[in-house]
Amino acid sequence: MTTNGLPSARDTILGRIREALRLPAALPHMRSHAAEAAAASGAGLTILPADVARPWLPDGGETPAERLALLTDNLAKLRAEVHRVADAKAATALVAGIARDRGWRKVAWHDHPAVEPLATALSCETQQVDAGAFDKNALEACDAGITACEAAVAQTGSILVSSGSCGGRALSILPHVHVVVVSLDQIVATLGDALDLVRSHHAGRLPSMLSFITGPSRTGDIERILVLGAHGPKELLVILIG
Amino acid sequence: MTPGSPTADPHPVHEAEDPHLAKKKFLHDAAEHVRDTSHRAFVRKALGGYYTSRDTQKARYRDWEQARDAASLAKWSAVNRLDELLPRFVAAFEANGGKVHWARTADEARDIILGLLRAVKAKAVIKSKCMTSEEIHLNAAMEQDGYGVVESDLGEFIQQLRGEPPYHFVFPCMHVRRDEISDLFGKHLGTPPTDSPEELTMIARRHMRRLYVDADVGITGANFLVAETGQISITENEGNARLTAALPRVHIALAGIEKVVANLDDLAVLLPMLATAGAGQPMTCYNTLYAGPRRPGECDGPEEMHLVLLDNSRTAILADPEQRDSLHCIRCGACLNVCPIFKNVGGFTYGTTYQGPIGSVITPHLRGLADWNHLSGASSLCGACTDACPVRIDIHHHLLHNRRNAARSTPNRLERLGHRLFVTVASRPWLYAAGGAVFRNTLWLMKKLRPPLLRDWLATRDLPPAPPRSFRSEWRSRS
Repeated sequence: MTTNGLPSARDTILGRIREALRLPAALPHMRSHAAEAAAASGAGLTILPADVARPWLPDGGETPAERLALLTDNLAKLRAEVHRVADAKAATALVAGIARDRGWRKVAWHDHPAVEPLATALSCETQQVDAGAFDKNALEACDAGITACEAAVAQTGSILVSSGSCGGRALSILPHVHVVVVSLDQIVATLGDALDLVRSHHAGRLPSMLSFITGPSRTGDIERILVLGAHGPKELLVILIG
Repeated sequence: MTPGSPTADPHPVHEAEDPHLAKKKFLHDAAEHVRDTSHRAFVRKALGGYYTSRDTQKARYRDWEQARDAASLAKWSAVNRLDELLPRFVAAFEANGGKVHWARTADEARDIILGLLRAVKAKAVIKSKCMTSEEIHLNAAMEQDGYGVVESDLGEFIQQLRGEPPYHFVFPCMHVRRDEISDLFGKHLGTPPTDSPEELTMIARRHMRRLYVDADVGITGANFLVAETGQISITENEGNARLTAALPRVHIALAGIEKVVANLDDLAVLLPMLATAGAGQPMTCYNTLYAGPRRPGECDGPEEMHLVLLDNSRTAILADPEQRDSLHCIRCGACLNVCPIFKNVGGFTYGTTYQGPIGSVITPHLRGLADWNHLSGASSLCGACTDACPVRIDIHHHLLHNRRNAARSTPNRLERLGHRLFVTVASRPWLYAAGGAVFRNTLWLMKKLRPPLLRDWLATRDLPPAPPRSFRSEWRSRS
């Protein structure tokens, strides 16, 4: 109740919902007997999609080698740029070379053991987003941003980043190029596996933003023709280490 | 018109003035669009690539049909437990530091958002694509109150400059040719003409970057509300929603109450299916989960996050067990893309926020069956929509259900008389034979007289020549 004695919008809406649901709705028409049986049993409603749907979604690979191959293949189809290097030292040399060749004048990064060696070896100007007050104007002027990731998904070619461990919300979206560092042990089969991993990593307190990045920013709004780099990064560079 | 000036709704519908206005307008616009063959060809061409890429992506699923079962079940179990899951979502969202606002109607939702803008002393507002905000006509209300608002999604930006609502709720400007966009940008942004979609996209990109940085409030929609974790999930390709929720000081999201899903496992099924069904992608480029404002220890993000939960007649659909599954809709737009009616009459003809088959099902619930039942007839009942729906909504049967409900609530005497006459004739073989003979011999007269009942039908069609003998006598002579 609100102060004037009338029911609040919250109470009205929740009351309408309770009233509406007094009449049960039939189950959707399903083609799979397994799904129908699990649904009809009543107990399996929430666990069903995870246990039953995952085997029907696109393949995520059984072995680490299969997952790596799927991830690389999916990223290429998404027109992301994939580089595989042996170790952090090789990654540092690779990114320094790319920055030089492409004439990057300023590169943003965040404090992370996988990112720091790459950023500090650059010969151009750099900006660390999590040192001191956040400056969105300075970040907007950067050519590229280097981040870590939470996981990489073989099933879809998605990279999962978070505001907790990947330099906040803007670093992976505002600069024109996003360089993301992935170690081979971060590759998982499915989207669900990636979410499980990030949950165990952050133990009960999820970061305020989790984002599956699936290729460079894109649009098809003009005559349904694909254009890369709509508002987010025009290029996505995935550095696979290991 | 420039962004910030009032967005006129070119399709205002004043139900009170004329109860049949929406229907008359539909019939008029449909006839006009169907005659415009170049428009139809353009829309078909734009959708051509969609079918190919959707089929390619569907083939990557180990079993698309069974994945549809799981997706429909995920939404079914969420919508049918909304009484339990919605409060659970709200509690988790507020535990994450967000603030929830409840709106029974579009008016309430607008007032809440305008109140928030006043409270935070908003100066510049950036918005990412949100169909629920189109439903409540938010932009017009904001502009009336003196707030400049810029749509950041490329398609929505183009529509805002054109002063038009979206043509298709996923592809807002799919009906606009690139030369028209070039002229539009030239007029409003002073850019030189170009026929390259890439260059046009870059013009919008350059124009928008400063606006993201300068905005103090970002408004987004939400595709899913995750009850288990209190996160909202936003799906987009361009990165504009990510920027809108990253840079401004305040983030306001607007969502219908039916967007709830139980947990992240269900979400992991729905996200790829939304992308594949809606746009033929393995995943939409950015699928982002937000749990409240910036956390201590995070280097950026908004200080405040607000979520407006909108009913606006959704509970009326919920109260109808037969059509409750229309609340399962994840707004992928697949049913529009495959609909022969949509492809022929175009998106504007519907005069609704949600076009196409699913729009024809839910609009009578949102705006009244008496004024919007004509949309139930805007279907060939071919079932392509039902087949395309990733969450198995029984779309074309619901159009029939709406027709039945409309006939029950406002019976058409003439139609009833017609049906009674038919039953009388069809259940008496001698009368049926006699009736057939009368029709065979007077068909030429119909062509000549064009009786009012047949006039609309005859406007674009010819009557067939009358057969010399009835089917039954033909059949008898053969056996």
